[in-house]
Amino acid sequence: MPHPDTWLKVLPDGLFCEPGGFHVDPACPVDRAVITHAHADHARPGNRAVLATAETLAIMRTRMGEAAGPGQALRWGERIQMGEVTLWMQPAGHVLGSAQVAMEWRGSRAVVSGDYKRRPDPTCAPFEPIPCDVFVTEATFALPVFRHPPDDLEIGKLLESVALFPDRTHVVGCYALGKCQRLIALLRRAGWDHPIWLHGALMSVCDTYRELGIELGELRPATVAAKADLVGKIVLAPPGAIADRWARRLAEPVVCLASGWMRVRQRAKSRGVELPLVISDHCDWDELLQTLDDVGAPEVWVTHGREEALIHAAGLRGIRGRALRLVGYGDDDEDVPA
Amino acid sequence: MIAFAHLLERLVFTPGRLAKIALLRRYFETETDPDRGLGLAAIAGDLAFAAAKPGLIRDLAASRTDPALFAWSYDYVGDLAETVALIWPEALTNAAPPALWEVVETLGTAPKAELPRIVAGWLDASDASVRLAILKLITGSLRVGASARLAKTALAEIAGGLVMPDDIEEVWHGLAPPYLELFAWVEGKGPRPDPADAPVFRPPMLAHPLEASDIAALDPAAFRAEWKWDGIRAQLVATQGGRRLYSRGAEDISGGFPEIVGAMDFHAVLDGELLVLRDGAIAPFADLQQRLNRKVVGAKMLKDFPVHVRLYDILFDGAEDLRPLPFDERRRRLEAWFARTSPARMDLSEQIPFANVAELSSIRDGTRAASIEGLMLKRADSPYVPGRPKGQWWKWKRDPLTIDAVLMYAQRGHGRRSSFYSDYTFGLWREGEGGRAELVPVGKAYSGFTDQELNLLDRWVRNHTIARFGPVREVAKDFVLEIAFDAAQLSTRHKSGVALRFPRVARLRQDKPAAEADRLATLMRLVENLPA
Repeated sequence: MPHPDTWLKVLPDGLFCEPGGFHVDPACPVDRAVITHAHADHARPGNRAVLATAETLAIMRTRMGEAAGPGQALRWGERIQMGEVTLWMQPAGHVLGSAQVAMEWRGSRAVVSGDYKRRPDPTCAPFEPIPCDVFVTEATFALPVFRHPPDDLEIGKLLESVALFPDRTHVVGCYALGKCQRLIALLRRAGWDHPIWLHGALMSVCDTYRELGIELGELRPATVAAKADLVGKIVLAPPGAIADRWARRLAEPVVCLASGWMRVRQRAKSRGVELPLVISDHCDWDELLQTLDDVGAPEVWVTHGREEALIHAAGLRGIRGRALRLVGYGDDDEDVPA
Repeated sequence: MIAFAHLLERLVFTPGRLAKIALLRRYFETETDPDRGLGLAAIAGDLAFAAAKPGLIRDLAASRTDPALFAWSYDYVGDLAETVALIWPEALTNAAPPALWEVVETLGTAPKAELPRIVAGWLDASDASVRLAILKLITGSLRVGASARLAKTALAEIAGGLVMPDDIEEVWHGLAPPYLELFAWVEGKGPRPDPADAPVFRPPMLAHPLEASDIAALDPAAFRAEWKWDGIRAQLVATQGGRRLYSRGAEDISGGFPEIVGAMDFHAVLDGELLVLRDGAIAPFADLQQRLNRKVVGAKMLKDFPVHVRLYDILFDGAEDLRPLPFDERRRRLEAWFARTSPARMDLSEQIPFANVAELSSIRDGTRAASIEGLMLKRADSPYVPGRPKGQWWKWKRDPLTIDAVLMYAQRGHGRRSSFYSDYTFGLWREGEGGRAELVPVGKAYSGFTDQELNLLDRWVRNHTIARFGPVREVAKDFVLEIAFDAAQLSTRHKSGVALRFPRVARLRQDKPAAEADRLATLMRLVENLPA
């Protein structure tokens, strides 16, 4: 049985499956791209052929139009032959349409998980562990200090603050794809049935989610709203806008930010966040280790994040670890989805 | 403990004063005794535990975590207590987190050897936010950005106008945690606590700045003039119950000034200025700064920076409350008391005779040379009233000095100003390597401009950014600011070698080319404490 490192190669433009003739989440345009999910650091424009879930293809079209490239949709678990390689997708639980890519060649199986999380998310299908020989994982929050509290607790904090400061607008910074819609769904589940106001940059993906059958309730554009209409309301906006000029239109805003980074005080303070919400679309430390146990792979490759800590912890479990140091994923930028 | 932990978490991120008061008030109203009183004590900085030390936390963490993972985590988080709070493994336990009273009582009484086991048990039963609160209590550094005064203000709000923050100040230092009688009082369930003869703080009487429009209306005969000293306001309280030295913000600073407390061999409450005095001459404020914010001081400090109190008012002579008396009468009593008592390390702030406002004005103009901040004008008939009553006391500061400096860096402000680049670092020219002129930063200013000017500066900064360092933007060296400041003093802590007192933006000088801004040498000539 060939070891996956003989057929799954790290090239400058990303992971390349040689016998299959395709890239997974390439950093530059390629002939054949398999895309795990539609976040900008994984789905880039200009590929000549794209294989992904129907949801991912729809979101890519919303965000980049024609540049999304000609797409072919794959259903969960549907097997497809790519050259000599059998390929299928299973949910990654990260955002709507997000998939793990399973590849098999001559009895050897590798799984590229893309970005993923383990806890339930009302806006996407849950992660399904796939046993494999090599598991390719992210390590965004791979330090034991990252442990995300239950979502309901964080949403509770937000609603409690809205009650305590009824004269102010709560503006929540969140990434436009995934986090935004999940926050809306969590708020609805917690009983917040007022309209939710959105920064213009968040609207189009929400529309796509709704077209794909995700219920989000009443959404209104915040950019053109009168200040008085936003008193006591919840507004969602991209992280870059919440404490900048755009936010001056809001009524004495309580600046909130929903991100796994908010677990660390200094991260929240340096961004001027008044109410940090630890809500992440990635695994926390415990969930990363749980996943290593669940997939049972003897070897794990780490694409990006805090690989040294995850590889160290994998080693303590008898799992061989390798850092791929892929360029272009998740860089430590605050506005990257986390 | 959960409510307290949540309060700390919100306070640490909340910039607005009113929002902080709302959070504190809700905590005091919803938490029960004795926990809320202990929470109040923790915020006011009145809790300390001798047996519990940061080393304990480090050892605990080492016992539960992998050393490599801990090291990476500590590197990332940067704060020991926070790292431990976050990294502590979630234990499967049915135990409830400890109550605040339980933590406080145990930390105060448990034998040192028992503490690691007890603290580990608490951490096992708590979530990250409660763990952090426990660990911060142990290390004694809450640093939540809420002062004791703010907590008292929130507490007074509960009384709905019947008890003011100053009323709380007057009983505060006679009380001890968990302040049951204080809560009963503000909730209308008990009488005002009687501090008896405890050395409590009396809220000070403050002055308004004298504006040009006030000068015309000033009746010179009704006022007395004194120098405005450049030190810190202090209240000396000595009663049968003890001796205390307070800052004007009600902070007990006795520990930092043992020589003053040692000299308080009397029963009185006095108001005066704390100064560093050498051979009868007042040292610049920078010298006094060496003595501030210290819990204890060493022998060298005491010798190198000798402090002194220049008295200007008397509030109590023995048990007699002199505050209702007119200023002139209190002054007479102060002089009589001083002659009778002649305390060490103290003298009287002299009164300055003057005939009319013009004479006063020329005296004020001369204050620059005398290392004095300006003049104080006090109504001869003014009783000693806490706060800032209208028309009673005026401070008439000397005119500020100014320099034309070049804007170098800008940073966004906090709270309401969080979307504006409102903190400005400015610099002056000096000769750099190879004889080329270079800018050296000399200070930071974040006030003095109008909203309109702030808008202009904000826009200019955004359009002229040449580099970013985290939250800081470096801008093109093209914008001249006229900076006003009260004094310039030598400083080893600043790259330029000079520190400014109260720098603020006086004017935007977009008309002036940056190359024509002032040189560092010009500022150096204005320095007060140049060595002879």
